[in-house]
Amino acid sequence: MKDTTTATAAHPVSMPALLARNAARFPGRPAWREKEFGIWQSWTWAEAAQQVREIALGFLVLGLERGDHVAVIGRNRPAHYWSMLAAQMCGAVPVPLYQDAVASETEYVLGHCRARFAVCGDQEQVDKIIEAEGETPTVEQIVYTDKRGMRKYDDGRMNWLEHVKAEGRAAEQRLGAELDARIAALGYDDTAVMLYTSGTTGRPKGVVLSNRNVIETAKSTAEFDHLRASEDVLAYLPMAWVGDFIFSAGQALWAGFCVNCPESAETMMTDMREIGPTYFFAPPRVFEGQLTNVMIRMEDAGRFKRWLFDRFMRTARRVGPAILDGRQVPAGDRLAYALGNVFIYGPLKNTLGLSRIRVGYTAGEAIGPEIFDFYRSLGINLKQLYGQTEATVFITQQPDGEVRPDTVGVPSPGVELRIADSGEVFYRSPGTFVEYYRNPESTASTKDPEGWVATGDAGFFDPETGHLRIIDRAKDVGRMADGSMFAPKYVENKLKFYPNILEAVVLGNGRDYCTALINIDLQAVGNWAERNNIAYASYQELAGHPQVYATIKAHISEVNASVAQDPMLSGCQIHRFLVLHKELDADDGEMTRTRKVKRAVIGEKYADLIAALYDGRDSIYTETEVTYEDGRKGRLKATLRIEDAPVFPRAGAVAETRAAA
Amino acid sequence: MNLAETAPAPEGHVTPDGRRIGGVLMEMRNITLRFGGVVAIKDISFDIREGEIRAIIGPNGAGKSSMLNVISGFYVPQEGEVWFRGQRRGPMKPYEVARLGIARTFQNIALFDGMSVLDNIMTGRLTMMKASMLEQALWWGRAEREEVAHREQVEKIIDFLEIQAIRKTPVGRLPYGLKKRVELARALAAEPKLLLLDEPMAGMNVEEKEDMSRFILDVNDEFGTTIALIEHDMGVVMDLSDRVVVMDYGRKIGDGTPAEVRSNQAVIDAYLGVAHE
Repeated sequence: MKDTTTATAAHPVSMPALLARNAARFPGRPAWREKEFGIWQSWTWAEAAQQVREIALGFLVLGLERGDHVAVIGRNRPAHYWSMLAAQMCGAVPVPLYQDAVASETEYVLGHCRARFAVCGDQEQVDKIIEAEGETPTVEQIVYTDKRGMRKYDDGRMNWLEHVKAEGRAAEQRLGAELDARIAALGYDDTAVMLYTSGTTGRPKGVVLSNRNVIETAKSTAEFDHLRASEDVLAYLPMAWVGDFIFSAGQALWAGFCVNCPESAETMMTDMREIGPTYFFAPPRVFEGQLTNVMIRMEDAGRFKRWLFDRFMRTARRVGPAILDGRQVPAGDRLAYALGNVFIYGPLKNTLGLSRIRVGYTAGEAIGPEIFDFYRSLGINLKQLYGQTEATVFITQQPDGEVRPDTVGVPSPGVELRIADSGEVFYRSPGTFVEYYRNPESTASTKDPEGWVATGDAGFFDPETGHLRIIDRAKDVGRMADGSMFAPKYVENKLKFYPNILEAVVLGNGRDYCTALINIDLQAVGNWAERNNIAYASYQELAGHPQVYATIKAHISEVNASVAQDPMLSGCQIHRFLVLHKELDADDGEMTRTRKVKRAVIGEKYADLIAALYDGRDSIYTETEVTYEDGRKGRLKATLRIEDAPVFPRAGAVAETRAAA
Repeated sequence: MNLAETAPAPEGHVTPDGRRIGGVLMEMRNITLRFGGVVAIKDISFDIREGEIRAIIGPNGAGKSSMLNVISGFYVPQEGEVWFRGQRRGPMKPYEVARLGIARTFQNIALFDGMSVLDNIMTGRLTMMKASMLEQALWWGRAEREEVAHREQVEKIIDFLEIQAIRKTPVGRLPYGLKKRVELARALAAEPKLLLLDEPMAGMNVEEKEDMSRFILDVNDEFGTTIALIEHDMGVVMDLSDRVVVMDYGRKIGDGTPAEVRSNQAVIDAYLGVAHE
């Protein structure tokens, strides 16, 4: 059954084989860097390959068998990537888990994949595994990377990674041949990794990806963007997320570039400035956050600097994207842009750590056009892609020079796309996942026998450009009581483009009109409050402040005006809204770990608020259960105001009135 | 299978959570401290054992901070003896105290506001630097080697206390809870045998208190540092400490494990007050 000899596979057919190839081809090039104790430590491909081998031999000593699952839970560190590769070498399947998941979530995943081994970043993660196991331990070996606080655990199944490595070194003579045999037996269609989807609905599902999925995708997309061994990426997004696995492991191994791990989550921005990645991925909120920071700091800058910034940013917005796309631009504008680059863009990019970016991607959520254009006008090649775990990330992406804020690009190399009558997008590609682990029903309902996979998203091809445009989750698209189309995400995204609005949940399926629950962005609104001398004691108080309500109302009014222009979706204007007294949080189950709103949970949890939005009341008293970071629960009490928002005549309706007159 | 070697069993006893408590590190014998006519401490004796977390509690004005100042050598008691590591301690200069292996944090933070976190912590190692002023000014030879070695130690502490993100930030710009942590870092930089913490949790919110508690436990566990602390928050004291001294109006009214102290009638009276007939 091992498909190691096909014509398509004239290259290494497993991730460990790619590691060996890189160690031979680029022995002296940096493969991984990590900042520790204030200094960037680095490992060449040859050194890294040796480290991985030692860990793998150590795993063999501890009794890792072919087909076992190895849970890896911790922050982005070379040791964790190495542990995954080591597990693959032994013929086992690495299963990276979200390190900020609470014990109950981890419990399900551990039970589902029946992990025999767990690699934990620190004591906190070890505790989580122990708590998740409950009464009867199911994980046979726990390996930890940071030994701090681990001395008091008197447990025979726990070992420090350095000890595992030492044991592995000692076992080279004894088990080296066995390990080599296991590496050689790895086939193109053997499982490379299992990743749990965040699960906006129901339980997380274990997506099985084969070496073929990972390597074919890495290969074609690396060619698409001309990724070379000289790239630097920053590994800072959750290791359990498919994107990180592909960018920091799949593509890195394929192209042979260097993966840089920050010192801690808080130092990410500083570390990024020091590294200056050339290939960078970030969800829209990271770009939004950076832009908000820049704008806040500019408002505090001196008058001359502000003038200079405004002057050159105007030039950049006008001609920057065109210059980036290599289109014709008058010589005068080119000169102005070059000057701007010296005074503003260059230093600004340097501060943001984006000086060396060749290819930048954003995905996951829609990005605000202003935000997107801001980065592109600075000369940063920021593009969008559309993907999901089941596709090994890539479904569509934007080619250089064909970048637009409102589309997600053309099908990635090797991907076939089809749009069903319902509007749902289907794809088929070499990256299409093997199956959902131990879940044939879901596999069958997602992937048909011909290999077409339903994305669950509704979209269409833009007639002008031929690029794909995504409207919303297919299951969230509904009908209003009067039969017009209801696409909540479309409106929510428009709302979220305002810096003051962090999250919005639009309701209205089957109703007469739409309403919205709004989350303010504490940083932006807090800063505004500070500048306007508005005192507040808590998030709740700020959220309920009349002036905040007025601002949000103005934003909603603008969104309504723009929604009214869209003939298809003009019914989605927001008639009534309220500002929530707490931030929607993954710990409370209101969002997924990748910060996507869980509509069903919100509908249940805030049923009282939603009822009030529709029964005409102008205030409501509510109590909400909240979960603190350590898992304790508490109750939050608040009286929330509900306000009406101005609505506009619908595009279709205007035409009718004109006809009547 | 456990690959780690088992460390040899030490002297002294081991707590239920696996920490080793050794012999007596410091002993206070019949200490009395007066400020003019005011008696701040009246005939108090207790000891601090190696590796333990020892708390001193009491209502306001009980003499806790004075006691800590006696331990640190800042105040010299009129009566009584202070024994440290088996030797009687006479009056000392502050730097001599530091060399002896005693470091402290302050109730009202005492850091250099204009200096970065890193530089502040480096000051904790000043007493260990041997290079002359000239060498340091020229950044030459011994001065450079020394600084690199000390910086390595300081970076380990920065890592330990998870303050990497503020390494280069001037202390003056930090919030209160972080300043407290920097102060702890500076005290740790001196690699003390005995760490004195004067109200480490004062003015903190619940989350900051939890963080600080964890760091105190970790310091004690990881470095084996003996800790003597003053604290108002009863919950914190009872959770953290191995033994507690209770003071009231300059006298010792209780001494023992948290459980013993909690059920001591004199302590309850001091905290809750007694009904006056």
